Amino acid sequence: MSEKKPSLWLRAYSISVYGLIYAPILILIVFSFNTQKLNIRWEGFTLDWYKVLFNDSRILLATRNTLIIAFISTLVATIIGTMAALAMHRYRFPLYNLSETVMYIPIVIPEVVMGISLLVFFVMINFTLGLTTITLSHIAFNIPFVALVVRARLHGYDKAIDEAAMDLGANELTTFWRVTLPTIMPGVLSGAMLALTLSLDDYVITYFTAGPGSTTLPLRVFSMVKTAVTPEINALSTIWVLIIFILLVIGQISQKKKA
Amino acid sequence: MKSEHAVEFKDIIKIFPTPEGGQVNAVDHVSITIEHGEFFSLLGPSGCGKTTSLRLMAGFEWPTSGTVYINGQKMGRMPPYLRPVNTVFQNYALFQHMNVYQNVAFGLEMEKVPKGEISRRVGEALEMVKLPGMVKRKPKQLSGGQQQRIALARALVKRPEVLLLDEPLGALDLKLRKEMQLELKALQEQVGITFIYVTHDQEEALTMSNRIAVMSKGRALQIGSSVEIYERPNCKFVADFIGETNFLTGIVKAVDKDRVVVELAKPKQEIIGLAVGELFVGQSVAISIRPEKVYLVDDDGKQEIKVKPNENQLKGRVAATAYIGSDTRVVLELADGVQMKVWEQNAISTLDPEAYYSTGDSVFIVVPHENTLILPEESQ
Amino acid sequence: MISGQVGETPKSKFSLTKILRENSRAQGFFLISPTNIYLFLLVVLPLILVTGLSFLSRGTYGQVEFTLNFSNYTRLFDPLYGKVMLFSLGVGVGTTVICILIGYPLAYFLAHAPIKQRSLLLFLILLPFWTNFIIRIFAWMIILRSGGILDSILQWLHITQGPLNLLYTPTAVMIGMVYEFLPFMVLPLYTSLEKIENSLLEAAADLGAPPYKAFLRVTLPLSVPGMIAGTILTFIPAMGMFVVPDILGGAKTILIGNVIRNQFLTARDWPFGAAASMVLMLMTMILTLYYTRKAGFGEELLV
Repeated sequence: MSEKKPSLWLRAYSISVYGLIYAPILILIVFSFNTQKLNIRWEGFTLDWYKVLFNDSRILLATRNTLIIAFISTLVATIIGTMAALAMHRYRFPLYNLSETVMYIPIVIPEVVMGISLLVFFVMINFTLGLTTITLSHIAFNIPFVALVVRARLHGYDKAIDEAAMDLGANELTTFWRVTLPTIMPGVLSGAMLALTLSLDDYVITYFTAGPGSTTLPLRVFSMVKTAVTPEINALSTIWVLIIFILLVIGQISQKKKA
Repeated sequence: MKSEHAVEFKDIIKIFPTPEGGQVNAVDHVSITIEHGEFFSLLGPSGCGKTTSLRLMAGFEWPTSGTVYINGQKMGRMPPYLRPVNTVFQNYALFQHMNVYQNVAFGLEMEKVPKGEISRRVGEALEMVKLPGMVKRKPKQLSGGQQQRIALARALVKRPEVLLLDEPLGALDLKLRKEMQLELKALQEQVGITFIYVTHDQEEALTMSNRIAVMSKGRALQIGSSVEIYERPNCKFVADFIGETNFLTGIVKAVDKDRVVVELAKPKQEIIGLAVGELFVGQSVAISIRPEKVYLVDDDGKQEIKVKPNENQLKGRVAATAYIGSDTRVVLELADGVQMKVWEQNAISTLDPEAYYSTGDSVFIVVPHENTLILPEESQ
Repeated sequence: MISGQVGETPKSKFSLTKILRENSRAQGFFLISPTNIYLFLLVVLPLILVTGLSFLSRGTYGQVEFTLNFSNYTRLFDPLYGKVMLFSLGVGVGTTVICILIGYPLAYFLAHAPIKQRSLLLFLILLPFWTNFIIRIFAWMIILRSGGILDSILQWLHITQGPLNLLYTPTAVMIGMVYEFLPFMVLPLYTSLEKIENSLLEAAADLGAPPYKAFLRVTLPLSVPGMIAGTILTFIPAMGMFVVPDILGGAKTILIGNVIRNQFLTARDWPFGAAASMVLMLMTMILTLYYTRKAGFGEELLV
């Protein structure tokens, strides 16, 4: 039935759904250029809100924090997660099932629960809340996702190439560095991308583990939404959407090139 | 400094756990010596232990007990990257993220060979496998046959003492396989190093090898040259696995040096044959008669014909024939429902239908004593 | 990678690398250790602490007192919080059901779209959901507020007269939730539907089934795995949500997630909040573990 064209109703329906999905974002973007402050009616075109955005030091600080946290947590989680994926794919070690279950916990528990448990933990060990606690928490939920993605990509890995490398004179470390890692690199990068996204976007867990003065972009946006609603948020949103869009398009193009 | 043997297995046992929780002897008390410059094959059906044996030589597995020697040196638990052997893998195991040059150069890089020399030797290796221009290509751009040659070049460029080949031609189509068999054999003779070749294809092993080890269920049943294995199999399994043969069963009635009198179960008669190994009276034996080693004589209504003193005779009817051109394959039915295959060479060119057997013809089957092998049921 | 027990070893000192090299089980254990240690400290231990916390009491100044107290749990089922729990359950179920209703035709459309267009269409569905979700919820805030865009359009079309006051109502929360979780339902459904081979439907037709019957008796049952996966990905997070109710629901619409948040940040009754978390977690984990034990995680969706 793939040859039959979907009925007209179905097409119309789907297009409307697509429209409804995009409408809020488009409205957001359009109103970022609105002179009126309240996001209700269109009054005039202006770039003022963007100027306000770029001069907003709190936003800039939040952006800087978000990027640092995302970068560090992605790096650490990718390394640890890849090691875990390799372990689970290749070996039978003691506590295998337990390790697997523990690894999946951050993925299945509600974010609120993970957030408060981390809060309780840090308070109990008297660790001051701040950028460090946020980063540590991000690493915690990133590791399982990286491991999951890399493990999925390890399916069908031909271990004969590792044996071939050893046969040709490479010891275990050299084999990993010159053969295994390059071969699994697409999967590792995939996992890293996912971790990066999760970290950049995270609100709930960051909310509970952030201290006063350590704010990230999602936290800042949330408080702006709840308190001072100006089209500055629209401007921020527009830029954010634009950046994501460009990155995704680049990602798609480079994937098509490789194929 | 070369010692007596290229590779030696001294009573090797390798045990693997089974998924059900038990154990299996993948290699079971195997002792083999392989000489320098030999083309030596490990031959047997799936699961016989031939690949495991190869991996024990390469260092991907360590024996549960027994010792592996390479060039007289005990290997023990030495890892593969320290052993003077190289492997050609069944599915080539080429590094997909490297091009042909980098693949072939890899082993030399590991030896820290200077760049200029690497370049020269890679070129030589590619010439040797007849793929000189391929350096920049990536493995997935090559055909199966080409990939196989690159895998070969990658191993040979290191000039190992021994080259291990794990069913390298398995993935190729028939024509290519036959070509590569000849090329590999020629290559081995040219380069002069020891080749240890794993295969389940007995024709391939017979064609290429100096000596063959026939393996089954972890044991090396017989080790010998192609001629020895084919003409004097030491047990029923080997006789059956190599080439084609007919089997009859019987009990030993008398033994006189290497001649044995056997009372056949079916058809009920006595025959005399060549004993393989020590047999004793009353032993249950298998009689192996190869289809090309008999000749047929027309019946002419007689009950018996005159045969030479060193020949057996059996009586049967033609059940089916197949004209192959170079020979005719005849299926005969003997008394008591026993069937035999006979291959008669069509030595004389004729169109006369009388010259060819047809279904229903009554014939005598004449088998010289030396062509009647009396084998123990199990290898000794 | 390499196994064996007996034999000579090359001259090397007794060291960690020797053990790792020779014992594949040790290699595996070594590789998973950072994960195990890290997750034990930052996930397992905290959860244990929370469990313990749920049985303690709140002191007068908001600190934690070490007196055993089961009332945290019973409080959850009293009229005030019981309502919240039921409401959360209702929102979870409602979101899931609406997502299935809206998402199924869309997934069907995608599964039958020409292959060339498919990756583009999938990309277009995913694109908005790579942007930050707070932004997207904020967009709905703009649309739904009184005098906002929805009101303007409806009044312009003469469907309504005055403002709808949709913002800060359960309806607004549902709209936000469905918007949020739609792709989590569409993608697994799409995967399931896409796997259904043409030949099955052709066989149904050949045997005399009209299209609607073929759908009910062949397509629908075969898409159930996708529905289950989508339900897990929707229902469980939906129940734990507090952002959407917070922004779109105001003070009036509260889910369990909001209760938990409030206990930890404003009301400062940590033990009670811990108990609420335990209940939420139990509800969701039972479902998840049951399902994933049977059918895996759908990791292929992440790749």
